[in-house]
Amino acid sequence: MSGILVIAEHRMDELRPVSLELIAVAVGVKAQASGPVTVAIIANDPQKYAQALSVQGVDEVICVKSAVVEFDPDAYEATVAALIAAKNPSLVLLPHSVNSLAYAPALAAKTGLGLATDAFKVEFDAGALVATRGGYGQKLNVEVDFPGKSTVVVTFRANVCKPIDAAGSPTVTQMDAPATPARGQHKKYIEAAGGGDVDIPGSEFILSIGRGVGEEDNVEQFRELAQTVGAELGCSRPIADAGWLPKSRQVGQSGKTAANCKLYIAMGISGSVQHMAGMKHVENIVAVNTDPKASIFHIARYGIVGDIFEIGEELRNQFPA
Amino acid sequence: MKILVTVKQVAAVDDDFEIRTDGRDVDPDFLIHDLNEWDNFSLEEAMKIKEAAGGEVEVVVVSVGPESVDEELRKCLAKGADRAIRVWDDSVEGSDPIAIARIIAAVAKNEAPDMLFAGVQASDHSYAATGIATASFLGWPHAAVVSLLNYTPGSKMATLQRELEGGTYAEVELECPAVLTIQLGINVPRYASLRGIKQAAAKPIDVLTPSALGLAATDVGEAGSLSRVRRMYVPAKGQAELIEGTPAEQVARLVKIIQEFKGV
Ligand SMILES: Cc1cc2nc3c(=O)[nH]c(=O)nc-3n(C[C@H](O)[C@H](O)[C@H](O)COP(=O)(O)OP(=O)(O)OC[C@H]3O[C@@H](n4cnc5c(N)ncnc54)[C@H](O)[C@@H]3O)c2cc1C
Ligand SMILES: Nc1ncnc2c1ncn2[C@@H]1O[C@H](COP(=O)(O)O)[C@@H](O)[C@H]1O
Repeated sequence: MSGILVIAEHRMDELRPVSLELIAVAVGVKAQASGPVTVAIIANDPQKYAQALSVQGVDEVICVKSAVVEFDPDAYEATVAALIAAKNPSLVLLPHSVNSLAYAPALAAKTGLGLATDAFKVEFDAGALVATRGGYGQKLNVEVDFPGKSTVVVTFRANVCKPIDAAGSPTVTQMDAPATPARGQHKKYIEAAGGGDVDIPGSEFILSIGRGVGEEDNVEQFRELAQTVGAELGCSRPIADAGWLPKSRQVGQSGKTAANCKLYIAMGISGSVQHMAGMKHVENIVAVNTDPKASIFHIARYGIVGDIFEIGEELRNQFPA
Repeated sequence: MKILVTVKQVAAVDDDFEIRTDGRDVDPDFLIHDLNEWDNFSLEEAMKIKEAAGGEVEVVVVSVGPESVDEELRKCLAKGADRAIRVWDDSVEGSDPIAIARIIAAVAKNEAPDMLFAGVQASDHSYAATGIATASFLGWPHAAVVSLLNYTPGSKMATLQRELEGGTYAEVELECPAVLTIQLGINVPRYASLRGIKQAAAKPIDVLTPSALGLAATDVGEAGSLSRVRRMYVPAKGQAELIEGTPAEQVARLVKIIQEFKGV
């Protein structure tokens, strides 16, 4: 067992950026893994991704031709199992994506491989893999190891590692995916309805509210506050799920990315991985939270340990008209 | 017709907590327990199916955990679940999500439900692994992060939507019985009624052990796991500069930050 196998991800004819982040993770621990970095792309037309995946440090890109056009968990599980059998890697890196969640635990359970999900760090300690992930709502870091496991599957968090820009010259090989009987059928993709006049990705200044607002009747005062300070009103997922604000205001993995935001005020938001996926890149984040240990404070530039209602009222009073 | 819903008692750390002396977990005295948020949505989805079918569906909740978990199971019974199963003995201690899944699969083999719902993930450790691993042990079709479901009990096919990243959904047709991991927002979970809470007290919670389910000692606990916690620690403080003072002083600074951004 040696080397690292990276499974790249694509959707709707596009390579997902997390693929290149995972390659960077793999290249980073390549010396410790004492073996090659192999990147596999499973698709109906895998060749078209080969060049983008050929970055510095990659030894081989395997274009796996699959009869299945769109993602199917059974097909991916069987294909990655075949790749593992062929390459015997000590580490298999998958993105911690919605699609990986649909087959990685099944793959590991079936073949008895080591498994860690949502890891944000991997390292080898005296030859044995150690993965670090979050625990208790991301308030602690948890190191896990895998006694007796010579191959470990790790689903790795997005937006942690910078992709490698430099091109490399790996060998590009081909493989056919094993045939799997279909138990499910992808029908179509559906895009969420547009958000009308709300433009989270375009806004430079966003004031977002989370579950700290407590109840629906409290939302209005923050809508007014956002208006007073000239910010677009955003929210975390529970606020949108409850229907207190439209989905188009939701920031995060399954919502909008605050792509152009320069100032983000997070009020009563704990800082889940999925919320941060949409805003942690923002240069100026101010977090207001009663819990000094909330993980939002780990990525914020400024922190106010305090009550959002009290701070909100002060801000309304002090903000120059 | 039967739907099995897996539910987890999650733990959150108290304001000031201590790490256990072996360094591998938080001292249990500092943990606050609750029902995992996601499981409210999967229970509600099962209840909706039951009600639409005119009550011919039995909704069974199952949890792997010690006696304290009965509190969460009672909450589910109060919301309308018909009965509850809890599996535990000391051998389960140290189980990772895969070992937990093996136990749930053993329960499912006995119960032979038409569908099994799990939450996408649990809010404590966010493994997002138990449901899909359970499907693997059962050999059942499965779908992760289900945000919309069209299913008639007893039907051989379900149509569903999976929520992908960035506001995209995938519509999928899946053979049943299947394991689905249910996402937040798929429905609006109900609150328990007073009547429901009263009735829950009379509903059964069956307590089983892994060995009664035919599992060997090596199937559960650390031996049945694919990973092991080596160490837990509080991460180094982030970069946040804390703005101290009275609320008025804190906000004065916040106003400055906003005005700096606006170039005032
Ligand atoms: C596949 C998937 C996709 C997801 N996508 C998203 C997404 O796109 N966006 C998203 O946001 N979430 C998403 N989630 C959900 C995410 O995991 C969290 O559940 C969610 O972000 C929590 O929202 P929150 O921070 O508002 O609530 P909580 O985690 O409940 O935090 C509330 C915070 O408010 C604080 N608070 C309470 N009262 C006050 C007060 N009076 N003053 C100040 N602070 C107070 C508390 O200390 C706490 O920190 C996703 C989850 C999954 C599994
Ligand atoms: N101990 C447990 N008992 C019953 N169900 C569980 C248990 N742990 C996890 N689950 C189920 O698996 C889902 C995802 O949890 P996890 O894989 O721990 O993130 C939960 O929402 C539950 O439905």
